Amino acid sequence: MSHSKSNAKIVVDHLSIQYDDGTESLRAISMEILPNQITVLFGPAGGGKSTLLRALNRLTDLVDGVRVTGKIYLDGEDLARPGVDVVALRRRVGIVFAQPIPLPMTIRQNVTYGLELAGLRHRGKLETALEKALRAAALWDEVHDRLDAPAVALSGGQQQRLCLARVLALEPEVVLLDEPTSGLDPISTAKVEASLQEIKRDYTVVIVPHSVQQAARIADQAAFFLQGELVEYGAGKDLFVAPKDKRTEDYVTGRFG
Amino acid sequence: MKQNRNWPELIIESLIRATGYSAILFVALILIFLLREGLPALAEVKFADLFSERWYPIEARFGLLPLIGGSLIVTLGAALLAVPFGLATAIFIAEIAPRWAREVLKPLVEILGGLPSVVLGFLGMLALAPLIRTTLNTPTGLTALTGSLLLAGMALPTLVSVAEDALDAVPKSYRDAALALGATKWQTIWRVTVPAARSGVLTAIMLGIGRAIGETMTVMMVTGNAARLPTTLNSFFLPVRTMTATIAAEMGEVANGSVHYHVLFTIGIGLFLISFVVNLAASAVVFQQRKRAERLLS
Amino acid sequence: MLSRQLTQRLVFALITLAAVTTVFPIVLVVGYIAWLGAPAISWEFLTAVPFNGMKEGGIWPAIVGTLYLTLGTGLIAVPLGVAAAVYLSEYAKDNRLTRAIRIAIINLAGIPSVVYGLFGLGLFVLFLQFGTSILAGCLTLSIMTLPVIVSTAEEALRAVPQSFRVVSISLGGTKWQTIRRVVLPQALPGILTGVILGLERAAGETAPILFTAATFFLPRLPHSVFDETMALPYHLFVISTQVPGMPIRIQYGTALVLLTFVLSMNVIATGIRSRARARRQW
Repeated sequence: MSHSKSNAKIVVDHLSIQYDDGTESLRAISMEILPNQITVLFGPAGGGKSTLLRALNRLTDLVDGVRVTGKIYLDGEDLARPGVDVVALRRRVGIVFAQPIPLPMTIRQNVTYGLELAGLRHRGKLETALEKALRAAALWDEVHDRLDAPAVALSGGQQQRLCLARVLALEPEVVLLDEPTSGLDPISTAKVEASLQEIKRDYTVVIVPHSVQQAARIADQAAFFLQGELVEYGAGKDLFVAPKDKRTEDYVTGRFG
Repeated sequence: MKQNRNWPELIIESLIRATGYSAILFVALILIFLLREGLPALAEVKFADLFSERWYPIEARFGLLPLIGGSLIVTLGAALLAVPFGLATAIFIAEIAPRWAREVLKPLVEILGGLPSVVLGFLGMLALAPLIRTTLNTPTGLTALTGSLLLAGMALPTLVSVAEDALDAVPKSYRDAALALGATKWQTIWRVTVPAARSGVLTAIMLGIGRAIGETMTVMMVTGNAARLPTTLNSFFLPVRTMTATIAAEMGEVANGSVHYHVLFTIGIGLFLISFVVNLAASAVVFQQRKRAERLLS
Repeated sequence: MLSRQLTQRLVFALITLAAVTTVFPIVLVVGYIAWLGAPAISWEFLTAVPFNGMKEGGIWPAIVGTLYLTLGTGLIAVPLGVAAAVYLSEYAKDNRLTRAIRIAIINLAGIPSVVYGLFGLGLFVLFLQFGTSILAGCLTLSIMTLPVIVSTAEEALRAVPQSFRVVSISLGGTKWQTIRRVVLPQALPGILTGVILGLERAAGETAPILFTAATFFLPRLPHSVFDETMALPYHLFVISTQVPGMPIRIQYGTALVLLTFVLSMNVIATGIRSRARARRQW
């Protein structure tokens, strides 16, 4: 069955994720993620959003005792197919975590880390990629004169943009972000959100926001998750203004959270 | 996690895996070679003779009891000294000492742990033994007591550092809770912190005693090397001989393959088994503690 | 019944006394040997060969021998130990086999040094026919040093935050790449500290080399790994117990040289540890 009927970048088909101790993280989720859009996965804690995110680049492999049923297709290819090059997958689908995690290296080394892992050694190419990624993450102006300083010297907001640059340096196709601005001040948050609007032109963005307000601000497409179930999914404008499901409406208007 | 078909990395991973297993291999090898050279003794010497009271190889008497007794009395003496002093030091470092004192004491204890046993034995022989002879009026300063004193010094670093780690690991919230209920600092330490660190402290004591039993050079140089079975409290002030010292002292003079040679290896097997049992017990405590901690934290 | 405050003060005083009593002898030991041994130390003492039944001359061959043994042990035990630590920290699952490996390591750590000597004699000297040799001594000392290196190295590896590994993998790194580029470099100071402390112990041990490598008198310095060698701990043992008329000065001098060798390793290891702690980027 072909899954390129639409121009969906990622197709999730009846995906369920269960842990060995019985907790169910996702229950038969099916959705499509469109390219060059910001897709927002939102909902109260424990809804399975982070798990779905990690399944999209198979970071769930790192956890012992997890069972995944159902399928995920990237550009029509099944991610769990035997023989899949997981390493290459992770370069195509990058992730930024909630806490900024700068590697214990210089700024430059952080950004070029992924490229060096992939075997790129040419100094000139690395420098070009470095600048491009830092500009895309709106960090270049602030750090271009101290690229050899340790990354930990940066502020929280800068570190998080560094983590974004780190991912962008690999020129992925999809960028996943798990509550990337949760520890950041409003100015840094605004800078990150602005970057996302820029990069969606070249990439597909899937983000778990840390507030409903952020979700409403940036979503092109939005999906509401409640306790592992995908309750509603549609265009951002529709979901936040006129949600179809009562549960969505209750959450969006703050009746529970 | 599915690996790439990445040959260099698979080879590296196999090599690493192999080195991991090597620890088991080495323990097995040690046991095997000890048995290889030691078991023949069981054929050459009657089992009952091995447990007689006279160790006199020249006359083909291979009674191990005096040696076992020597090891026991010296270790017992060391334990009686090391446990209270070691625990006190560990409690002092972990709970009572001000910061500057801790920064001084910890390195000092580490230095004690680094002192070679032959150096301690040397000093014991030349300085401590005469001191004991003159102050305690013993016929010679080379006694079980001298050995115990030095062995306590050798067991202390292990005891203190493991116990101190265990006390440090007790969550601050326990202490805070006790203090909030009106307990004094000492009451908190004695009734809350130390019991909470109970298994770590027990492990520390076991490992320290294990170290004492296994010491060779120090005891060889200061306990007088008289293979008499220690029977009374007075034996503390008389020379003894430990199992370890016997092996070290006599191995150089035996003919390869002789009965004496095999019996020395048999003593080695005995020492291996003793340390095996002590360490197995210590590991059991460690693993139990880990399980309990996991249950508490989950 | 004493008041609680009084009890506390009393007990604390006792404990402090006990701690000081425990620690003070250490200073005494080092000071005493330094005081009595210093007069013997001279350039000649350190670099000349002994003669006249060891009663005159220097201890150069013993110093060289200890250096060879320590380095040789390091060459064998360090790669083996670090690799085993990497296995335990990064690859091993929490199952029975891993538990058995850990128990094995705890056991290796507790085996008496003289039993290692017997083992070395049985396997390396006799069975493999290496004879009393530097090789046999180093192999024996390596297995003895292994547990120290493995435990400290594993602890250093585990201390590296898990988040670094996750980030590396999420950027398309393989497990080995992650270990090589992030985990190992960050754990290096801790590993180094453990290595030096382990080798410090190997340098000072007598019993394992008693039957496997050490000899009292050597006409020339050892040429190959199959030669016997003199060594400082063994030398000290023999001159203090088996040579009548040995000048006390030389005995204390030898003890001082051995002590200095061993303690300087201690100081270096501690220095590396504190410096690394200060410069850590996590």
